[in-house]
Amino acid sequence: MDFIDPHIHMVSRVTDDYETLARMGCVAVSEPAFWAGFDRGTVDGFRDYFEQLTAVEPKRAAQFGIQHYCWLCINAKEAENVSLSREVISMIPEFLDRPGVLGIGEIGLNKNTKNEATVFLEHLELAIKYDQPILIHTPHLEDKYQGTRMILDMLCDDSRVNPDRVLVDHVEEHTVSEVLDRGFWAGMTLYPVTKCTPDRAADMIERHAGERLLANSAGDWGISKPTAVPDLIFTMRRRGMDEALIRKVVHDNPVEFFSKSKQFHYTPR
Amino acid sequence: MSQQTADEILDASYLEVRAKVLELAAVLDRLDRAPGGTERSPRRDQLTQAIEMLLADDPDRAAKVQHWFSRQYDPDWKTKLGVETPSTK
Ligand SMILES: [Zn+2]
Repeated sequence: MDFIDPHIHMVSRVTDDYETLARMGCVAVSEPAFWAGFDRGTVDGFRDYFEQLTAVEPKRAAQFGIQHYCWLCINAKEAENVSLSREVISMIPEFLDRPGVLGIGEIGLNKNTKNEATVFLEHLELAIKYDQPILIHTPHLEDKYQGTRMILDMLCDDSRVNPDRVLVDHVEEHTVSEVLDRGFWAGMTLYPVTKCTPDRAADMIERHAGERLLANSAGDWGISKPTAVPDLIFTMRRRGMDEALIRKVVHDNPVEFFSKSKQFHYTPR
Repeated sequence: MSQQTADEILDASYLEVRAKVLELAAVLDRLDRAPGGTERSPRRDQLTQAIEMLLADDPDRAAKVQHWFSRQYDPDWKTKLGVETPSTK
């Protein structure tokens, strides 16, 4: 089945992963800007990173017939450096018109601090000013529930934010309903160790009929499995779930959500 | 609604769940044998409570366990952190 991985950090993966993804039916990926494993020191460090996301990765993906899209921001982990964050935010517009840039992301919270919230709100202003869709990172483990609620507060406090153009990622059993009930899109991350398994993701799909739900691998430089979406397809099939529902979650929903950006140009094969 | 019957789900997951329960039992035994293992600790208590939650007759066990391991959300967080949003300005 053709699928899209809407959240994968290909800059940290080897070229073989593109090949494996293509063999398994991957037709497109979207790569949010994130933490590099170390704090970058300068705005030029981010400029180079955005160059890699908008020029290098699309070429690498195209070799295997995969479309590569991306999202730009300074991530929550580096938001503690508020002055650098502001420099990066004011530089981002240089890249917003590049082909394949879908919006602002993955912005969010990490440890739910004041600086993270401040930088999150400034990213929101940027997204609103340039009419960009938003992709959101929610914190992990014990911070997830609190952080998700704080993020939803900030989004819902601003009447200019259209929930239908916002994807809230890394939802789990205790956050998925709140995100969907308020009209946002929700992404489930299938991580092999600490996060959601394919079976738990299939449970959430079953309970919410797959409406506005996406699934991703969030593959990065840590222990992760870039082929997590095909694992979910396999699990859903094994459980006798409808082919149309599987396709909705792994293909049609990403297409519908990405289409909210005028830079998404995709024709199913 | 699940596409599978309860029997089918058990066929597919019985051995896996059995193995997970054994794993839990073995970790608890290992903790008891370790120096300081029989003393109470917040993390051990948290795990014990979570295990007890699995026995409840409740259709939302996964969400409840998630909440059990989560920090509280404070609706007044904006005032406490001194963060201004369009609604607080
Ligand atoms: Zn990510």
